[in-house]
Amino acid sequence: MPPRIAQIRLVSSHPQVYAPCDDSFALVDALLADRTKLLDHHPSICMEIGSGSGYVITSLALILGSESKNAHYFATDLNPHATEVTRQTLEAHGVHAELLTTNIASGLEKRLSGMVDLMVINPPYVPTPEDEVGSSGLSSAWAGGENGRSVIDKILPVADNLLSEKGWLYMLFLADNDPLQICLQMRDKGFGAKIIVQRSTEEETLHVIKFWRDPDIQIEGNEAVSGGKTAPQRGFDFLRSQISRLSFRETRQ
Amino acid sequence: MRLLTHNMLASNIKGVTNGFPLRIEPEKIIEKPVDFNPDFLKNMFSKIDWKALADASKIMGYAELPDEVPEQTVVESDEFLRKFHHALLEVHLEEGALVCPETGRRFPVNKGIPNMLLHEDEV
Repeated sequence: MPPRIAQIRLVSSHPQVYAPCDDSFALVDALLADRTKLLDHHPSICMEIGSGSGYVITSLALILGSESKNAHYFATDLNPHATEVTRQTLEAHGVHAELLTTNIASGLEKRLSGMVDLMVINPPYVPTPEDEVGSSGLSSAWAGGENGRSVIDKILPVADNLLSEKGWLYMLFLADNDPLQICLQMRDKGFGAKIIVQRSTEEETLHVIKFWRDPDIQIEGNEAVSGGKTAPQRGFDFLRSQISRLSFRETRQ
Repeated sequence: MRLLTHNMLASNIKGVTNGFPLRIEPEKIIEKPVDFNPDFLKNMFSKIDWKALADASKIMGYAELPDEVPEQTVVESDEFLRKFHHALLEVHLEEGALVCPETGRRFPVNKGIPNMLLHEDEV
């Protein structure tokens, strides 16, 4: 039997809440692709920032399911309608997450620091004028400001703070967000990165990238002393070639 | 909202230094059964602020937790873990408020969801 994910007919909706779309499906596909690894990871605390309809956090809870009873789930959203719709979607699937209406993870950052083993984020990534970012309604689900990076750049340090030593982050980006630059930025914080899903639709090219704390990566300021390229360095070269190939394909279209 | 969540929440108002724990003003408390999992509980025990949990549990009408941090031998016992399990995961604040201990600002809790959004002058 294939692993269960959230069923669209059971996903609740509201005119002010973003409904599951290609980006949501890409993120859940990434979680499905890594299902065995996620189960072996035994995450204790899982979290989604910006849960919207609840499609992703519900799917995560179902994917980890009864084989990972140890997991406790948090989900946040800036939009009060979204946390309510997430609650309904979770309930319709018989799973539970603790919900908070808050900006990113405000209120949790002090006490939950270094405790989250698994984080999933589908951020507002669409390039928009800066003044459209962070409204309380539907547009907060996509409005990402310049290059779609305004909210992403606020989320990344929060994720770094909340993730545990063994913490993994699955995050979705648009090609316009410059995911390579994001990976290099995360590398400076000691994170390895890998593309789990890449998908081009008529409108956009999406990447789901997994980040993890890689002890072999030199944190910024520390010069690498060993000669030659380390394994993570090779990993990043690979990532770079993958992403530039994608960009190339895009420009041809 | 479970008390585990309450234990992880602090007042996020700009300038507040003693924002934990938030005081609970319960209006409606419900209980939802959760599968008992000793491994999860032992793991969480090390992360919990004990006094905040024991106090919150009392306010929520469940006074079975000891006031003092229990000894490790007690933590291993089934009897303790079942009480800890109930207080941490099964008792929910469905309606009410969380109050910042420093400023008295109330964060409403509706349908079990705390609203931690700040006004512009609080960020």
